[in-house]
Amino acid sequence: MDRRNFLRAGTVAGGAAMFGGMPAPALSQGASARTLRFVPQANLANFDPIWGTQYVVRNAAVLVWDTLYGFDDQLRPQRQMAESEQVSADGLTWEFRLRPELKFHDGSLVLAKDVVASLTRWSARDSMGLMLKALQQDLIAVDDRTVRWVLKKPYPKMLMALGKNSTPMAFIMPERIAKTDPFTQITEYVGSGPMRFKRDEWVPGAKAVFEKFADYVPREEPGSWLAGGKRMGVDRIEWMVMPDPATASAALQNGEVDWWENPITDLVPQLKRNRNIRADIADPLGNIGTFRMNHLTTPFNNLKARQAVMAALSQEDYMRALVGDDDAMWKRLPGYFTPGTPLYTENGGEILKGPNMDLAKRLLAESGYSGTPVTCVVAQDQPITKAQGDVSADLLKRIGFNVDYVATDWGTTGQRRAMKNPVGQGGWSMFHSWHAGADCINPAVYIAIRGNGDKAWFGWPDVPAVEAEVTNWFEAPDLATEKAAIARLNKAAVDNALYVPTGFFLGYQAWRSNVSGVVKGPLPFFWGVSKS
Amino acid sequence: MFAYVIRRVLATIPVMALVALFVFSLLYIAPGDPAAVIAGDQATPQDVERIRASLGLDRPFLIRFGEWVWNILNGDMGVSIFTNLPVTTMIQQRIEPTLSLMILTLILAVSIAVPMGVVAAWKQGTLIDRAVMGFAVLGFSVPVFVVGYLLAYVFALELDWLPVQGYTAFKVGFFPWLENLILPSVALGGVYIALIARITRATMLEVLQQDYIRTARAKGAGQSNILFLHALKNAAVPIVTVIGIGIALLIGGAVVTESVFAIPGLGRLTVDAILRRDYPVIQGVVLLFSFVYVLVNLLIDLAYTLFDPRIRY
Repeated sequence: MDRRNFLRAGTVAGGAAMFGGMPAPALSQGASARTLRFVPQANLANFDPIWGTQYVVRNAAVLVWDTLYGFDDQLRPQRQMAESEQVSADGLTWEFRLRPELKFHDGSLVLAKDVVASLTRWSARDSMGLMLKALQQDLIAVDDRTVRWVLKKPYPKMLMALGKNSTPMAFIMPERIAKTDPFTQITEYVGSGPMRFKRDEWVPGAKAVFEKFADYVPREEPGSWLAGGKRMGVDRIEWMVMPDPATASAALQNGEVDWWENPITDLVPQLKRNRNIRADIADPLGNIGTFRMNHLTTPFNNLKARQAVMAALSQEDYMRALVGDDDAMWKRLPGYFTPGTPLYTENGGEILKGPNMDLAKRLLAESGYSGTPVTCVVAQDQPITKAQGDVSADLLKRIGFNVDYVATDWGTTGQRRAMKNPVGQGGWSMFHSWHAGADCINPAVYIAIRGNGDKAWFGWPDVPAVEAEVTNWFEAPDLATEKAAIARLNKAAVDNALYVPTGFFLGYQAWRSNVSGVVKGPLPFFWGVSKS
Repeated sequence: MFAYVIRRVLATIPVMALVALFVFSLLYIAPGDPAAVIAGDQATPQDVERIRASLGLDRPFLIRFGEWVWNILNGDMGVSIFTNLPVTTMIQQRIEPTLSLMILTLILAVSIAVPMGVVAAWKQGTLIDRAVMGFAVLGFSVPVFVVGYLLAYVFALELDWLPVQGYTAFKVGFFPWLENLILPSVALGGVYIALIARITRATMLEVLQQDYIRTARAKGAGQSNILFLHALKNAAVPIVTVIGIGIALLIGGAVVTESVFAIPGLGRLTVDAILRRDYPVIQGVVLLFSFVYVLVNLLIDLAYTLFDPRIRY
């Protein structure tokens, strides 16, 4: 074939490839009312809810795996897979009885040995689980449906540990899967929840698909968050990952998706104007904005320097930077626990009701601050950290700190905040984050409130008074005693500037008006949701 | 010619080796920690350390690099730290949307830009020429994501003609496939059209001054014959070169375009992997992109012989 013929042949072949032998046009493909298309908060990059503790993994996992207990909308642990429980008079022996005929997605029955293996794996990774593991004398399957957990010391918060919604949750997996090392990812996604995971359709970063599990037996009680009957109103749920909020907004308006978990505040007015869309608060437990100061390095190893920052803080500045002008979306938070929950307290939180710049400057002077750079690490790829970081940088400068603003991404922040080196040798002085309100309802699931030094969360505060009250709360026999312990804990944390809460804020969710049953909660609950 | 092809193919080996070393080194020294991302925000420093060790990220550079190279030579690009899926599987899942986007953009751009450049050269100095060059400046200046948002707003939200986002596989049908790709291709194609149109115009202007064009006119050849048969063919070599170089533009642009239109392609895979520090995926995708770029350049070199018989290897 010569050059001219080659070119001619190429043109003909190209044309044939484009238009020959093609399927019939299918310009319109109406979505089935039995399929719910959902835009999650993030990419479902892995699917092991014990190995990976990101919220997005937990949110998908509640569809596939079930738990012995589940929190209802009053934050009370209710029976889920458990039919009954018995605790010995000395509080040392717990026996859990499984509901009959519970099945995994592979058709096998859920047995006590599966529960034992699952709780063993979970307890190696979860903060409450680790406490239980330390107290554990024996964890065995008594028969196919009975699990016995024998402890060396009573653990009054047992049901809370098994039913809580903070990550990692105590999901029950088949024994063969649950025997995987807790620091190694599982490779099989078989649960006993209301939906099964379609691994063959999973494209990490783009799509995850769940299909209704026909053999799931919901409880008789009405559904309430993670408790009660998990009755599915759709046969198929498609998670469509959209990293760009503008695209997700346009897709929702265009009817290409049905439900968007976390629209950004800027786009909500536009969504509210669309008569085909409903937008409402996503989670009444909201979020607590935070920044943490490094208690190990100068200048924030000095209490007065930390208090100076707290005194100068205007939570309104932070919250407006996060949620704009909508006053219904935020609250001042002169404490550390989630507003509206039983243990909420403002005890000792006066300094957080500022700002008081004179006090801040006086405290800074008393701290003997000599101009050491304050390395303020700010992840730019997370709108919440970016907004807070910008406000902090301005605040620190106004007090008189010498600010070294390190603009980076969340991946780098994650690495850097774990470094205990001095500033200038890879260390840090301050980083920003936020906590889901559901994780800040009590000290059991609230790792950021701990003051146990080297074992504490990043910043490593060493505050024995806080730790003493954590113990008091764990051992409290009733709510009144719990509240008293938490009030003292709150004061000790503020007095020692354990970390700085920048305020309480809410987020939105949005869905098409033909979708019903969407509830407010700390995670998207798909049971009870249907499409017309 | 065959010997030339073999030589060029062999030359890709050291190029790829250098790319591999460069990418691996860069990721090694770059800050960030996948273990911290995996562990989540509530993890303790001890958890992060344990995960890092389980992923083998605490081992020395040379051991990790040697192991990776050995695996690559054995056709194994490794397993994603996050998804636990083989990198080859993840690339297979994502390659069709990206290839579709790039091919459609290429076809669209060439079929618009070349005639535009030819007409601009033919009508040099007229309003048409200025309009074409104005469009080219616009194409260069307006970022892909701005064009993308505007197109989505007008053609999806306002007119409801096309979908905002997503990708439909070719096997589902040509029209659903096309429907999802029109807006992204137009958005991505803007800068490419501008580039090719400018080069076509400049080259055509030069060719149109040649004696053989005057001779063709003197012989009574029609205008379209002169432009497309005599002139364009002789202007083809620089145009084809620019088309090849522009593949790099397409690869870079695909990253943004795929994010704006939520297309599950390699561009988004790359961005996600970088943000999470999923080292095996980043290394695999960058190697693949490098290989494609080297291959395209080889094909361009070979294409010269088709357009200009004087070129022989």
